[in-house]
Amino acid sequence: MANIIESKNLDTASLLEINFGPQHPSTHGVFRMVIQLEGEKICGLKPVFGYLHRNHEQIAENLPYAAIMPYTDRLDYVNALANNFGYALTIEKLAGLEVPERAEYIRVIMAELARIVNHITVIGFMLNDLGAFFTPLLYAFRERERILDLFEEITGSRLMNNYFRFGGVKRDLTNENLAAIQKIVSKFPAFLKEFEALLTKNEILCMRCQNIGILPAGVATNAGITGPVLRASGVNYDIRKVDGYSIYNRFDFKIPLGEKGDVYDRFYIRVLEIRESLKILDQALSKIPQGEILNKKALPFIKMPRNFKPPVGEAYGRVESPKGELGFYVVSDGTPQPWRYHVRAPSLINLTVLEEMCLGQKIADAIIILGSIDIVLGETDR
Amino acid sequence: MNIPIESVKKELETRLPDVKLRLIRDSILIENPEDLLRVALFLKESPVFLLDYLSSVTGADYLTFLESVYHLYSMAKKQGPVVLRVRVTKNNAKIPSLAPVYRSAELQEREAFDTFGIVYEGHPDPRRLFMWEEFQGYPLRKDYEQEDADILETADIAWLEARGIKIPDEMKEKAKALQAAGQRAVAEKPEKPRN
Repeated sequence: MANIIESKNLDTASLLEINFGPQHPSTHGVFRMVIQLEGEKICGLKPVFGYLHRNHEQIAENLPYAAIMPYTDRLDYVNALANNFGYALTIEKLAGLEVPERAEYIRVIMAELARIVNHITVIGFMLNDLGAFFTPLLYAFRERERILDLFEEITGSRLMNNYFRFGGVKRDLTNENLAAIQKIVSKFPAFLKEFEALLTKNEILCMRCQNIGILPAGVATNAGITGPVLRASGVNYDIRKVDGYSIYNRFDFKIPLGEKGDVYDRFYIRVLEIRESLKILDQALSKIPQGEILNKKALPFIKMPRNFKPPVGEAYGRVESPKGELGFYVVSDGTPQPWRYHVRAPSLINLTVLEEMCLGQKIADAIIILGSIDIVLGETDR
Repeated sequence: MNIPIESVKKELETRLPDVKLRLIRDSILIENPEDLLRVALFLKESPVFLLDYLSSVTGADYLTFLESVYHLYSMAKKQGPVVLRVRVTKNNAKIPSLAPVYRSAELQEREAFDTFGIVYEGHPDPRRLFMWEEFQGYPLRKDYEQEDADILETADIAWLEARGIKIPDEMKEKAKALQAAGQRAVAEKPEKPRN
């Protein structure tokens, strides 16, 4: 593997080249980095992809549009609902389908719950990487479990939800479901307070995370970094606000921004984003109207998915997934299968700057930098 | 906020008069691939558009030609998208790389090279992204033939035996017969796409 890293005017004899992964618990899956070390200092890092590659795009190009929906769950399996959202949005753009009011509210509620699940999972695992073995993670998982139980009740599945349909959602929320969501939302701030008391000002966490893996705003924009990683660097760009897709422009929420763009900012911004998600949930739950959950025009295609033939054309739909901008590019040729289907995966593109963030840091810091980017290999390798 | 594509085309035509452009479905086709870098640089620096963020780069196979599609947005002005296209033939699939202008193209262009075989000239690290280096062919092209993983070819047998793995004679004979017939072990395609 010597050819992967070209020597950068360094005395290569004193360098140690190690393969970090693919079988390493801290890479959150089968991700591999080839790291060049001088002592403990990193002086070169190349990510190697493809260990979980299954050619998702070609699988999708041989399937009817509706049958792709469950496959999108497997992209980012920590928050399948955001992937469903992005895909449904793109196909609705392509086919010109409208979504009823109540379905839009349900979508926002589910997507925000998924965002909370994702963020607490990431924070928990990042602390695991730091060496806070399982204590914070299990606190986070206790809350995650409540939301996952709710997902199971509503969508029928804990992780692979497959809940969105073109022009609506699969199943309506009952009043009991809404009450259960309200209960979670009202209890969550107490948990966050407890979590923050444990972590935010924790001296070990501050020492390990502050001024580590700094990402300047200019580099982040140019490298196409999105999501919490970008906002931690102080760039105000949230697609929920910019595009205002679905009904996000009706809610009042702020976009938390970081100052330095170090690991600590990326950790803390997720805590703040959970608070904003709770705000959105509160508003959505109080405003949700009665009515249809599926566009009547879309109903025949649920029964006979091969009859669903969007007009010739193309669409690029994007949503603010918890990891960044999740985009779907779909080209239709008027047949039941897409001619071209592409996923713009935030997990993959956020790794563009991994080397810069790690250079000059210690090897233990590379692990938390990777943890703070928040990758899911199902999406990175597709 | 959307940018009307006609205004982008007009601005480009006045500023870069020698670049040939054509509108296709709310996007701009750059007729000559060589011009892509200039157009992208102009759109990035122009104070009217300030498209500082390249969201998505991807390829597409349209049988007679390959296409590379770019979705540009502006983070500073919160507007977009502007969609650019470049078309090349399969025999001469060479497009200038946008990686020197937008670093977000780095991994995405590698992916398009991996799956479509579009060569991005000037890319700092032009390797395959997902497949291993020895992999032959470009899996997302429409004429790609999938290998049958159960049937070994002579090259596979040589590779395995060099690593000390014993191969049953039956498999060896099959491989020899295939080679004598000048065929490759290709998986049968289903007649209809799956339901």
